Amino acid sequence: MPHNELPLFYVFHFYLFGIIAVASALTFVTRRSPVAAALWLVNTMFSLAAMYVLLDAHFIGVIQVLVYAGAIMVVFLFVIMLLNLGHASEVNDARGMGWKLTAGLVGLALLAQVFALTRVRVPEALELPENAVANQVAAQGAIAPVAGPLFNQYLLAFEVTSVLLLAAVVGAVVLGKRRESAHAR
Amino acid sequence: MLAESLFFSAVLFTIGVVGVLTRRNAIIVFMCVELMLNAVNLTFVAFAQVYGVAGQVFVFFVMTVAAAEAAVGLAIIIALFRHRQTVDLSNINLLKG
Repeated sequence: MPHNELPLFYVFHFYLFGIIAVASALTFVTRRSPVAAALWLVNTMFSLAAMYVLLDAHFIGVIQVLVYAGAIMVVFLFVIMLLNLGHASEVNDARGMGWKLTAGLVGLALLAQVFALTRVRVPEALELPENAVANQVAAQGAIAPVAGPLFNQYLLAFEVTSVLLLAAVVGAVVLGKRRESAHAR
Repeated sequence: MLAESLFFSAVLFTIGVVGVLTRRNAIIVFMCVELMLNAVNLTFVAFAQVYGVAGQVFVFFVMTVAAAEAAVGLAIIIALFRHRQTVDLSNINLLKG
């Protein structure tokens, strides 16, 4: 990580958006209404987009707002409204005390494991010079540093992604089709 | 900001796991999976700042997979709802041993 002293403005906003993200996520898992939960999750995703921008990933921040908060969550809200969820019989869906206890223990164990993992030291030789990505963004703009590797080094993966999306679209249509109409033909 | 990002990412991921374990509404469980993907994306972006921009390219791919997963997963939930008239996971027990 950059070893120079970061401006207080930057650190304050990073913590602010991080805390908003965590608080919204906590609210999200405790809301009973699916619509309220979805909107809190959108709030988490917006805060994450702000954190991406603070971490010199401007393009990813924009894509986060467009694709995650804008497209994926709208699809979720569409489905919630289509299935007419959120009325009284569907509202209480929390599992019993045993499940909650198990989930708490699993969560604590997972948190401990992940924190232990963050203590692993990566070889210093792999680190870029200080502010390398920020300088790259300043020199080439926000998109070129991502577009370069995407269309050169990872071109095959990029093309395979298009096949994946085609398969997902076809799969969604097949699954969403009514069975009666399939028999009718 | 690497250590702070990893902290927030770990907390968000754990919230997602706890949500998957404690909720029975299939759609909310699915949104918790999306939250876990987002937490991992934060890790990728934080490491990309220190170890090179390739991490951001990977986030791009993760988002594509998440979009495909959301499309197929929600189609499955709609098909399930048509079949059982509920999205409560405790009522969907055909494969339960």
